[in-house]
Amino acid sequence: MQKNIKLMQGNEACVEGALAAGVTFFAGYPITPSTEIAEILAMRLPKIGGKFIQMEDEIAGMAATIGGSLAGHKSMTATSGPGLSLKQENFGYALMAEIPCVVVDVMRGGPSTGLPTATSQEDVMQARWGTHGDHAVIALAPYSVQDTYYTTIKAFNLAEKYSMPVLVLLDEVIGHMREKIEIPEKIEGIEPRKTPNGDKENYLPYEAAPDKGPILAPFGSGYRYHVTGLAHDFTGFPTTDAKKVKYLKDRLRDKVYKNLDDIVEVEEINTDDIDLLVVAYGSISRSAASAVEEAREAGLKVGLLRLKTIWPFADMYIDKYADKVKAMIVPEQNQGQIVYEVERVVAGRAKVYAENRYDGELMTPQQILDRVKEVYTNA
Amino acid sequence: MSTQIRLSGSGGQGMLLAGIILSEAAISEEKNAVQTQSYGPEARGGASKSEVIISDDEIAYPKVTVPDVMLALTQEAYEKYAVDMNDNGTLVVDESITLSGNDKCKVISIPIIKSARDDLGRIIVANIVALGALVKASSIVNEEALLAAVLKRVPKGTEELNTKALQTGFMLVANK
Amino acid sequence: MLNDLKHHLREDKMSHILCPGCGHGTIMNALVHSIDELDLDKDKTVIVSGIGCSSRIPGYLNFNTLHTTHGRALAFATGIKLANPELKVIVITGDGDASAIGGNHLIHACRRNIDITTIIFNNNIYGMTSGQFSPMTPVGSYATTAPYGNIDRGFDLCNLAIGAGATYVARGTAYHVSMLTKLITEAVSSKGFSVVEAVSHCPTYYGRRNQLKDAVTMLEWQKDHAMPAKAFEKLPEEKTKGKFPIGVLHDKPAPEYCEEYQKIIDAQKEDN
Repeated sequence: MQKNIKLMQGNEACVEGALAAGVTFFAGYPITPSTEIAEILAMRLPKIGGKFIQMEDEIAGMAATIGGSLAGHKSMTATSGPGLSLKQENFGYALMAEIPCVVVDVMRGGPSTGLPTATSQEDVMQARWGTHGDHAVIALAPYSVQDTYYTTIKAFNLAEKYSMPVLVLLDEVIGHMREKIEIPEKIEGIEPRKTPNGDKENYLPYEAAPDKGPILAPFGSGYRYHVTGLAHDFTGFPTTDAKKVKYLKDRLRDKVYKNLDDIVEVEEINTDDIDLLVVAYGSISRSAASAVEEAREAGLKVGLLRLKTIWPFADMYIDKYADKVKAMIVPEQNQGQIVYEVERVVAGRAKVYAENRYDGELMTPQQILDRVKEVYTNA
Repeated sequence: MSTQIRLSGSGGQGMLLAGIILSEAAISEEKNAVQTQSYGPEARGGASKSEVIISDDEIAYPKVTVPDVMLALTQEAYEKYAVDMNDNGTLVVDESITLSGNDKCKVISIPIIKSARDDLGRIIVANIVALGALVKASSIVNEEALLAAVLKRVPKGTEELNTKALQTGFMLVANK
Repeated sequence: MLNDLKHHLREDKMSHILCPGCGHGTIMNALVHSIDELDLDKDKTVIVSGIGCSSRIPGYLNFNTLHTTHGRALAFATGIKLANPELKVIVITGDGDASAIGGNHLIHACRRNIDITTIIFNNNIYGMTSGQFSPMTPVGSYATTAPYGNIDRGFDLCNLAIGAGATYVARGTAYHVSMLTKLITEAVSSKGFSVVEAVSHCPTYYGRRNQLKDAVTMLEWQKDHAMPAKAFEKLPEEKTKGKFPIGVLHDKPAPEYCEEYQKIIDAQKEDN
């Protein structure tokens, strides 16, 4: 049988992944370089009976996405850095009220309007801490068009499984580049929207084990309950009872941090017997892969750890290599963000170097290779 | 084997579509291809480029650094984008372009825009003429695969015109 | 409230947060009477609110209820309604919530004409945060953030809603409670985006500071200053000075958003 192989943009692959995962609702606002996602879904969703709405602003886009999810739809929105800044208010609401949905951020250069058509990885800390208050987040970063397809599916699955918003961090290079993608006939393991099946009168929407998300009934299904962004108890109603507040906040953290094996994904490339580890994610990990290959050819013992989950951070993998290597290099398309996470985990056991580019152009393999050689020589 | 290709002209000349068609032709031959472009705020005018890497192996770094094969349809695009050509590469330019004399690579100057406008009667197919010329000059993809890729992408009812445009491109280089 | 209406309430969630004399309870009472009269299916009714005193009211109502972020209730509600048009969606919002931080969402919900009813509890003040002026606070009034008198010009939210495309717009007051009930009933029944501005009063943070010493005085003010819309329209300007019209201000159907979207689905759906 002929394989379904196509040439496709990352943003298109994101849509294909979302559709494969079961998305039926999109609300958003146009912003470069993510707009293709909205445009394609505006075309595709009505064809499957789904709904697309262009809202009046980014804030409303996030709010309506949450509304669509509460009404029982697998729901998503897409934006870029400036839009994510505006979405943070209701992103935080979705975290607190535990509403499953997917938020795609196709990263461009900042701050402010910055470089609308140029690549960056400047939003990784915004993804982590952009909304106020203590919180855990899940953010995934694909590195290719094919990977964008699978990563988007994974994002929907995690959103449903842990009942929370999940971020997909594309960057302009990944979003706009076209490359070969194979769309499988059928995808296994799609996480369905969970629905309660107990007694409607005594339904406790926010009753969940300490490391799990709740099972929220779609509005209209006969389970009437209250949803709020205020701290709440199992009933969903506001509470200031210290014990109940602590249980909620611990659970919001632990449903992510006690399930790291399920959530955190990396690729370890050429990492047997290494002196130096390059840690990279997204488009720049492709530059790093080229650099590592060339370094290997030159006889240097260098490997690549490609982070595919940005948040929660891959502590266990960095930890594993911290005692094995002399140094780590963290190339990023920003002035240094994830490098501090690497330093935190390494805690002095190896040297950690940042290598940065933030002028809108993708870092070349040569820049990384030069740094690898320099560090290797001095290590 | 990996080939870096840069297609340049002015915005609206269809360089993006040409890059997509070239990539799809490569994929149909079971090669890998990555297409990227640079975006300016303007949709029309200015110098614009679309880049393609075609390889038998996986392509890691997706951007073109040293073009092996390049097309320039305007003076501005030539001056802006042809400076980092591979010395052993092939540069196809429209005959309207005044060459600097500093190009070390092989340069093929042919009447792409004139052929599209005067012989085919539609300046809009200049990108397809150019694609034909580029492939004839470089053999980066098979000519039949290229024709199939062109016909898959162009609007219905223009198949004959575009086939002719592609063949015109082939001929311009063959007769050179 | 009559005992046979109590099933609309979550009595176990009382006592409520509203101050003694607050007009909001009366407006909530009117809403409950409307819902009862319309015999809305509780399971298929969603009540959405933003942030503020009035926005706490959904918590006391026995429906699907959603207490959202400040000003954003209409955007959440739009998502819910479009996702499942068979749900009846009612938004409860205050004057600050609807006209300041949520002003843009109000304009665009009107423009889309999505079938949602919005009840704006207008007490001319930010009550939850203890008395700052809102866009609905009259010029010359005092508030904690207008200690020398308010110089910000207010605006007419009903005219705004009409101008932005809402298909049913009415104004009532906490004093004219039976009229308010009738207006809410009409608004919820009308297809399209409907707005009811319910003039309320905040004795705690507005009245005390503005020579309206108690709730009764404030209710009397409503009685004295409200004028039936029909009479208001006919009278010359000097006769209506300082007064405001109540009743139905606008009722003109237009294509409804979810129905229009459904037409796109029907035309595009792949299994046709």
